[in-house]
Amino acid sequence: MLKALGVNSIDELYADVPAEAFAKRPVDIPGPYTEMEIERIVEQKLSGDTTAPPSSCFLGGGAWPHYVPPAVQLISSRSEFYSSYTPYQPEASQGMLQALFEYQSLICDLTKMDAANASMYDWATAAAEAALMAIRVTGKKGIVVSRASGYDRRNAIRTYIEAAGGHMAEADFGPRTGLTDLSSLEVSADDTAAVYVEQPNFLGCVEEAVPEMAELAHRKKALFIVGAEPTSLGLLKAPGEYNADVVVGEGQPLGLPLSYGGPLLGVFAARGDLAFIRQMPGRIVGETTEKEGERRGYVLVLQSREQHIRRERATSNICTNQALMAVAAAAYLSLLGGDGLKALSRTICSNAHYAAKRVAELKGYTAPVFESKFYSEFAIAHVSSDLTGTDLFRRLSARGVFAALPLGWFYPEMSREALISVTEAHMKPDVDRLVGALGEVL
Amino acid sequence: MELGRKGRIGFVPPPPIDPTVEIDLPKELLRDEVELPGLSELQVVRHFVRLSQMNFSVDTGFYPLGSCTMKYNPKLNDRIASHPKVINAHPHQPHETVQGLLGILYDLSTMLASITGTEAVTTLPAAGAHAEFLGALMIRKYHAVNGDSNRNEMIVPDSAHGTNPASAQMAGFKVVKVSTDSRGLVDLEELKKLLGERTAGMMMTVPNTLGLFEKDVLTISKLVHEAGGLMYYDGANLNAIIGRVRPGDLGFDVVHLNIHKTFSTPHGGGGPGAGPLCVKAFLRDYLPTPLLAYDGKLYHWEQELPHSVGRVKSFWGNVGVLVRAYAYLLTLGPEGLKEISGLSVLSSNYLMKKLDPKYYSLPYAEGVPRKHEFVVSSKPLAKKGVKALNVAKAIIDEGQHAPTVYFPLIVDEALMIEPTETEPVEEIDRFANVVNEIGRKAIDDPEDVLKRPLFNSSGLLDDFKASHPMSLKLRWAPQGKQ
Repeated sequence: MLKALGVNSIDELYADVPAEAFAKRPVDIPGPYTEMEIERIVEQKLSGDTTAPPSSCFLGGGAWPHYVPPAVQLISSRSEFYSSYTPYQPEASQGMLQALFEYQSLICDLTKMDAANASMYDWATAAAEAALMAIRVTGKKGIVVSRASGYDRRNAIRTYIEAAGGHMAEADFGPRTGLTDLSSLEVSADDTAAVYVEQPNFLGCVEEAVPEMAELAHRKKALFIVGAEPTSLGLLKAPGEYNADVVVGEGQPLGLPLSYGGPLLGVFAARGDLAFIRQMPGRIVGETTEKEGERRGYVLVLQSREQHIRRERATSNICTNQALMAVAAAAYLSLLGGDGLKALSRTICSNAHYAAKRVAELKGYTAPVFESKFYSEFAIAHVSSDLTGTDLFRRLSARGVFAALPLGWFYPEMSREALISVTEAHMKPDVDRLVGALGEVL
Repeated sequence: MELGRKGRIGFVPPPPIDPTVEIDLPKELLRDEVELPGLSELQVVRHFVRLSQMNFSVDTGFYPLGSCTMKYNPKLNDRIASHPKVINAHPHQPHETVQGLLGILYDLSTMLASITGTEAVTTLPAAGAHAEFLGALMIRKYHAVNGDSNRNEMIVPDSAHGTNPASAQMAGFKVVKVSTDSRGLVDLEELKKLLGERTAGMMMTVPNTLGLFEKDVLTISKLVHEAGGLMYYDGANLNAIIGRVRPGDLGFDVVHLNIHKTFSTPHGGGGPGAGPLCVKAFLRDYLPTPLLAYDGKLYHWEQELPHSVGRVKSFWGNVGVLVRAYAYLLTLGPEGLKEISGLSVLSSNYLMKKLDPKYYSLPYAEGVPRKHEFVVSSKPLAKKGVKALNVAKAIIDEGQHAPTVYFPLIVDEALMIEPTETEPVEEIDRFANVVNEIGRKAIDDPEDVLKRPLFNSSGLLDDFKASHPMSLKLRWAPQGKQ
């Protein structure tokens, strides 16, 4: 190859690089190692970690322990999917495009919205981009966010919209109910671009007044953005049914492992007339036919919204997304179907209620802390001692049970409360262990 | 999906622990119907496996998509990423219980700092564009903290990736475009005129999207710094210089890397990626939170930094992607790094040389070696009505992936080609022959090229029809509903 180019060494191909630009010393990294050595290095490093299977983990708060069916794992490990790039040449990438189109369709059916994109990075960035979209659509600058929303979501929204000259106000929640306080949702017709609420909220509580919140937002010509946990939609009304304009959420429960919180899957769906959809961020796949013929095909659509064409006037800068995670979620939802999702939702909700009942039977514990309905997560507190949420959390983990996420980390006034998350991944012996450990930590 | 039937199921969730426990939810919020198709496991597996077979990938063929660095993804890295202690780790687990995993992330950060010539690294950003937005925000915050809030202009070359201006705009900057001169490099004289007290910084890709090393980059850094601005390095093209040239030494203050390009992690058909942000020491306090730190005993997440741009995502970054990069770097070592950049540049120049200039002209800088990628124009074929898009479709008909087309925007009928270091010379020769043959055919028998593709999973598709709102989701009705 060098001969074909008429040069003697690779270094000659860098002849145009000024001498003072080269690194003075070689880069300081270890290696090279053989494959076997690397496996051992990693094994050695991870040997002290006490990470346990999802069945011993009762932590939620934005990523939840679930069972991943082997068929989902197989599908997302197909290297034809995972070693491909963004499908810029549709005729060579029909498989990925159709899989993403089906993902979008399944998300639309799940949320009862009209259009979904092919994924965002995660829930927090999906929520932040939804807030930016609301600012573009309404021409207003204020976003009202329920304080009962996840910490990362609230803060990502703040970071993103402040960069765009927007501002955020937090609406409080009732200290006893754990529900967003309707009277503190200060929505102004002149300023509010959107109201953002989560269902169920970060405290695990099911927001009963979502239809009223939608109406309140719409009365003031603001959008209603709902952050939804997807498995709950087997039991709870879809946000589209109570007039949400944009639905975002974390797709990780749909067949993705925890992976220490990444890669995740940002769900983004909107109601849709074209003017509205044109303001959506991210890749969108549409269905079409061959130019000559009737055969169906799929292509990336509305690319004129995107950065590679519109540059500084794009609706978002997003380029790389979480496509492979979207394929996994499509496979997961296809396996479950409507009946399966309903059954899954029921098991999760029932198991959570079972666990809450068991914890409440323990001496000194209150469970759930909030006087409202919950789906899969509920707050507990130890009331007859000065045990903080963080104490509970640390003492449980020392016993190999990951549970009781301290709410004080996110809400300074809640130093005693901690969140328990229960899913279909937990069986009776797992809950027994949790309850046993809670009994012991005093 | 359209095969869905009521009552069919592919995965049966476990029953509740105690079936006598009543579900207690607000009646008016209960959902009546969940309309998702019912399929068996076999149907779902067959469907998705068939779809995967209708998808071109690095594991099935040559993928010379310019600026995307579609190198081979070593399988060891997947095995490492599927370690139970990686995939089962909960992001809220106490940091004491994941010291090994955090140690890997920390070591990776240290290696990335060394590679880029920077001092502080966050592995938080999910992708390159995410990092660009955060880096641009950091630059804005830096000026604000220094009482320099009037600096609201970000300079971006006209050859830049689209994410650069889009990210700068999202971070609240006015984007100021600087032209490419006849050498294919940033126009220095124009740049001098653009610099001033409004300048917040400049975003650059080195080598640039024409595959040319910006040889004035040291001067440019000096000029931008003298004007009071900061330098941002877009890492999309790092593969050309890794192990040889360090962005930090070139004067860049903020550097992002594309783990899914340079560091061989699979691109997943669009994602996930990871976009670590590497900065000079004086910018550490501006990094997004949380930041992984080591106190001499334990790795932990630093939740607050004095001037941080804030929180920007859920949790701690795409860990499953990052551990693959760690394994990749250990495989290479320092000499291996130098080798990948060298071989990527060799492959690219070799392929460029093989393309027939009768059909594909080389814009800018004749005789100057390209780096890991190069851009040719199919303009010589235009007289026969054959455009870059037609060439691309004819290439995929020959079982290879097309280059990036119509980018950079400064080249008409652009074909942007990046072979990467992992392709054997036989593949590169085969590709060159295919592309030259298409050129010959375009002149002799243009009709044959214009009707492509013929042999793919679909023929030429109608983009326009797909943009109708009715085409954005599948309309299906469950069968067998009784």
